[in-house]
Amino acid sequence: MVANRLTPLLEARQITKRFPGVTALRRVGITLGRGEVLAVIGENGAGKSTLMKILAGIQQPDEGQIFIDGQPTAIDSVHTALRHGIALIHQELNLAGNLSVAANIYLGREPRHWGLIDSKQIHEDARLILAKVGLSVDPHVVAGQLSIGRQQLVEIARALSVGARVLIMDEPTSSLSQQETKTLFDVVRQLRNEGVSIIYISHRLGEVNELADRVTVLRDGEFAGDLPRDEINHDRMVRLMVGRDISQLHVRQARTPGNVAISLDGIVVPGQPQHRLSFTAQAGEIVGIAGLVGAGRTELLQVLFGVVPAVAGTIHVAGKIITPRSPFDAMHAGIALVPEDRKLQGLILQMAVRTNISLASVYQQRRAGVFLNDAFERREAARMVERLRIKTPSDRQLVQYLSGGNQQKVVLGKWLSLEPRVLLLDEPTRGIDVGAKQEIYQLMEELAGKGVAILFVSSEMEEILRMSDRALVMHEGAIMGELSRDELTEQRVMQLATGSIHSSEAGSARQT
Amino acid sequence: MMKKNLGILSLLITVFIATALCSGNFLSAYNLENLILRASLYGIISIGVAFVIISGGIDLSIGSVIGLIGCLLPMLITEWGVPTWIGLVVVLLVAASIGLLHGLLITKLKLQPFVVTLCGLLVYRGIARWITGDATLGFGRDHESLRLLATGRIPVGQVPGLGNFQIPVPLIILVVLGVLAAILLNRTIFGRYLLALGNNEQAARYSGINTSRVIISTYAICSLVAGLGGVLFALDVNSIQPAGFGSFYELYAIAAAVLGGCSLKGGEGSIFGVIIGAAIMQLLYNSIGVLGIQTTLEYAIIGIVILLGVMADEIVRRIAARRRADQQAKTAAQSEK
Repeated sequence: MVANRLTPLLEARQITKRFPGVTALRRVGITLGRGEVLAVIGENGAGKSTLMKILAGIQQPDEGQIFIDGQPTAIDSVHTALRHGIALIHQELNLAGNLSVAANIYLGREPRHWGLIDSKQIHEDARLILAKVGLSVDPHVVAGQLSIGRQQLVEIARALSVGARVLIMDEPTSSLSQQETKTLFDVVRQLRNEGVSIIYISHRLGEVNELADRVTVLRDGEFAGDLPRDEINHDRMVRLMVGRDISQLHVRQARTPGNVAISLDGIVVPGQPQHRLSFTAQAGEIVGIAGLVGAGRTELLQVLFGVVPAVAGTIHVAGKIITPRSPFDAMHAGIALVPEDRKLQGLILQMAVRTNISLASVYQQRRAGVFLNDAFERREAARMVERLRIKTPSDRQLVQYLSGGNQQKVVLGKWLSLEPRVLLLDEPTRGIDVGAKQEIYQLMEELAGKGVAILFVSSEMEEILRMSDRALVMHEGAIMGELSRDELTEQRVMQLATGSIHSSEAGSARQT
Repeated sequence: MMKKNLGILSLLITVFIATALCSGNFLSAYNLENLILRASLYGIISIGVAFVIISGGIDLSIGSVIGLIGCLLPMLITEWGVPTWIGLVVVLLVAASIGLLHGLLITKLKLQPFVVTLCGLLVYRGIARWITGDATLGFGRDHESLRLLATGRIPVGQVPGLGNFQIPVPLIILVVLGVLAAILLNRTIFGRYLLALGNNEQAARYSGINTSRVIISTYAICSLVAGLGGVLFALDVNSIQPAGFGSFYELYAIAAAVLGGCSLKGGEGSIFGVIIGAAIMQLLYNSIGVLGIQTTLEYAIIGIVILLGVMADEIVRRIAARRRADQQAKTAAQSEK
């Protein structure tokens, strides 16, 4: 090997990747040195995950080249990536929960002894590898019983056991506690000192600041900039991520909300019997629901929409008590939900744009009691395509061929047809590009202006800060506090979301 | 919709012409009338199961429902002396209630359709044998006018090359039922909901569709149509053996639906395709007979043809998908420049 110390361990040049309807990456480059922790940041839809999948061999680039130790290398499968020492630790953990820790580490390449798995050897070897990641658990323990943080360490151990030189971590801390995060960071630092290179993807700029040797920023599928260690700070990162000054983000005119549109009184969400949730939202008000992943925000919206019935408590919509036991009930009470996973819950992917837009409203517009109303469907689809600026060759196009942003607009269009009183949005801009994101923000404001009460769940701090008239912050199933527009700061939200301060200390928030 | 059925329609025509060329007995009025009769009866029950399959479910109990209804009807109107039309209404209500029960167990108790209808297959067969004492039944000589529903022939006069040709009444029933089913599937709210939930039940539910109600309806339709099939099959043969009457018919119906373009994953299918599928199965069966092929090979031949048909369909679909992906990539690359 001719590589010298200055040749980067891994380099990708001019990587372009297209998906139907969207270009995920446009001539993006990235370099990684030996024993370097490189943070890759960017907003949702910036192309981070796609780039990582390409480096790990899960997807192949349409254009561009990858160099390992200075040699051009085609990474055409996960297997090839692993052979070159590149391993991806997934956002969603990939352990077989029913197998032991050791069995997971050796999954797919078990040492054999007379054709049977050499159980004794894998457990002994596993112990050594686990020690490397600072995990002292018995390798016989079933992996599913470990905490998320420990499962993640097992995944790292598995990667190291196949000789990984490059570890790619995709949002590793998104579901970890603070203690677990700290442990993970210690492991990362130790691996770096041993010469392992790490690519670290995160939304949490504080963590990046603490851990990274260098930061690469992606924006809207393009390379936006590189920051060496001494230039890493919060403001510079945000500026590169959003491509403009942050102050511009906070333009938001004050509104005067109307009557109470929806109120919850002592609602108990299944699985969280110890918390009673109460709050109200007024017509024309945008209420943000902040919190960490797993704080119970999605579950709350699902109860309001009747996906799962509430265990106790009452819901009023426009002054009337409703008990939604199915989305059908909720819809008829004037509630609409744009769900978290649009492909699974929001859309019939194999059906046309037109069919998806009319799916909820076609019943009210039926003819002679049972028949479809073609004229209505055509008119409504045309109206929504124009109003929401849905980019599609025609309203007969199957929704699966649309980009994420346009798919999300189709989901919105479906509900706007019914003119809901209360609009619930679960991560409304997840995985969509910056342009479509702005359009969705505009639409939210427009709807609020017309008197719709909007409740939205978001894991993006910028989004909560920008869009909320008022924010509720949840933590482990409870509403920890309520922040008015004046009280709304990143710090306040994080304190409540991590449970480090309860509402009584946070200020005017009401006890729930 | 029509384009998708072209493949299977051309298969039907090919087998038809090939058999006609190879055998002099095939193109006779007697043989074709018989073929049309059988194709119509199987076509009817296939339409029923198509609805269940489009919802993403399955119904294995069809053959036993046919058996039970085929026994109940002669018992009611010949042995117990119930008026004919009341007998008909009662057996069709029984059939529909069976489907309703399946639907309720599947949606409310969340049991798997395979399990529920497999148990149904065993239960209704057992009940049929028990209530009849396993004795063969028939309609005797008093119900000839009722039997015309299955055995009736409508003369169309001399057809060149065939002689005096008559249309079996079940074909008329099939056409009427087929048109109604196609309207239900393609032109009504119910049909739209059915296709939507067959593709993605969760998203359909999240769109405010009462998915349980739609699913229950499909099972009721399937059993009701199987009951109708049971009535017609019974009137046709006039000698109903409780132990075997209707056995395996569910498999013919499911095969016809799959051959006709229904995916067992749900969400797609056309009524016209399903009818053609049923016709192909009966045509193959008939061809084996008139061509003098050993009838012991019958199942093997039908099985292989279905397999080839489904394989061809899958291959065509993949090529189309790849072509579309290439097209999309090209447009994307162009729009960038």
